[in-house]
Amino acid sequence: MSYAGNQPPPIFRRGPAPLVRLFLLVSLCLVMLVADLRFRYLEVLRQGLSVVTYPLQMAASAPVDFLRNASRYFATLLEVQVDNARLRARQLEVGERLLRFELLEQENARLRALLGMAERLQVKTLAAEILYNVPDAFSSKVILDRGARHGVEPGLVVLDAEGVIGQVTRVYPVQSEVTLLSDRNQAVAVVVERSGVRGVLFGTGQGGLEMRFLLADADVQAGDRIVTSGLDGVLVPGLPVATVSEVDREGEAFARILCEPLGGVETSLQVLVIGREQAGPPLPEPDEQVAPPPPAPPKGRR
Amino acid sequence: MQPTNRSNRLLLPVKSWFIHLSLVIALALEYVPTGRLPGVPDWVALVLAYWCIREPLRIGMGAGFLFGLLVDIGLGAAMGQHALAYVVLAWLANGAARRVLWFPPWQQAVQVLPMLLAAQAIMMAVRLLAGAQFPGWSYFLSSFTAVALWPMLSFLLLLPQYQPVDRDDNRPI
Repeated sequence: MSYAGNQPPPIFRRGPAPLVRLFLLVSLCLVMLVADLRFRYLEVLRQGLSVVTYPLQMAASAPVDFLRNASRYFATLLEVQVDNARLRARQLEVGERLLRFELLEQENARLRALLGMAERLQVKTLAAEILYNVPDAFSSKVILDRGARHGVEPGLVVLDAEGVIGQVTRVYPVQSEVTLLSDRNQAVAVVVERSGVRGVLFGTGQGGLEMRFLLADADVQAGDRIVTSGLDGVLVPGLPVATVSEVDREGEAFARILCEPLGGVETSLQVLVIGREQAGPPLPEPDEQVAPPPPAPPKGRR
Repeated sequence: MQPTNRSNRLLLPVKSWFIHLSLVIALALEYVPTGRLPGVPDWVALVLAYWCIREPLRIGMGAGFLFGLLVDIGLGAAMGQHALAYVVLAWLANGAARRVLWFPPWQQAVQVLPMLLAAQAIMMAVRLLAGAQFPGWSYFLSSFTAVALWPMLSFLLLLPQYQPVDRDDNRPI
């Protein structure tokens, strides 16, 4: 405190006391955490500051990239030959199916034109490679080597040869972040292929998936295939996601349906990013969903 | 200053640019994509704790906040998660600075361990409250590997301050 209006000499001036500074900074951090985790307000700040960190990140990942490329370069001849033989066999098998598919597609287009139905939605695809896991231990996310510059947008689906493995959640200029299906906060709108029961698939955080909020008598059996429904207006419908591994109808009102992902959620490296060419039909406003009740007839006065 | 307060050897004053350079190098090490490898030390927390103990008047909670934000952005963590942990870490380390420097390096490491663990516990508490998944107890392994590096780090980061020993039997220190 100053005495009789005199400032303390500069060597004693150290700003606010440590506890005060701690309190201020901690409350600032808490505000940021809430703003980011709850409301996603800080994406602008994140994008802005990532300009600063980007060169450092590139420099840091350079040695890892070098190691990966070197190990790929020195892959043995035998491995490449085995791989080649496998891919040739698969190529034949897929080629035959593709021929039939083209025929079916033409036929489908003709029939749809006859019936006057809307065109099936156009799909855009992009091949990408998974670079590494996001080091955040609290979530299951990976980084792809394609970003906004290549046309990746938030919300696109990521799948490997077997099925869906995740969804793009954040896009950087030349990279993008994919939240895997196994993440606890990742949800996908799905439908059971056999019975057409719709539901939502959540990650359990331990590698498995769970279909929640289906009643105990829902028509779901172990072994059923689960595909995306596209009802969320973001995903492409009909992509295979998982198979039901266990259905537990004991207990509460809801069935406990555990699923195994079809794609190599934690293992695959070469992936495909798929999205709708144009956005789905506009969602109705929450207020428009329910028509307002007709005004009550005036009573009383006669 | 001396390497530890009991040492007789005098050091050159620390250069401000060296402190910041070491923190930036730690940030770059933090960004090295190691994936889910358990036990990779949190380099920024370690170097920050070092300078908070070594130079409590220069490096403190402000630096912790700034570098925490940069780590959050680079690692794709929640904004403010590392910043919060590092602010508390810097506060603890600044407070312990006068005591810790009286001990030899490996005993310093033992005293730094609870600070690093507290920082990790704060991060875990914040994320679990926000509904994230539990990463397993091996998450805390990185604090132990970090303090195992403390003696080597305290030698490396003091290296620019050492000057050649100039023996003079008539000089008291």
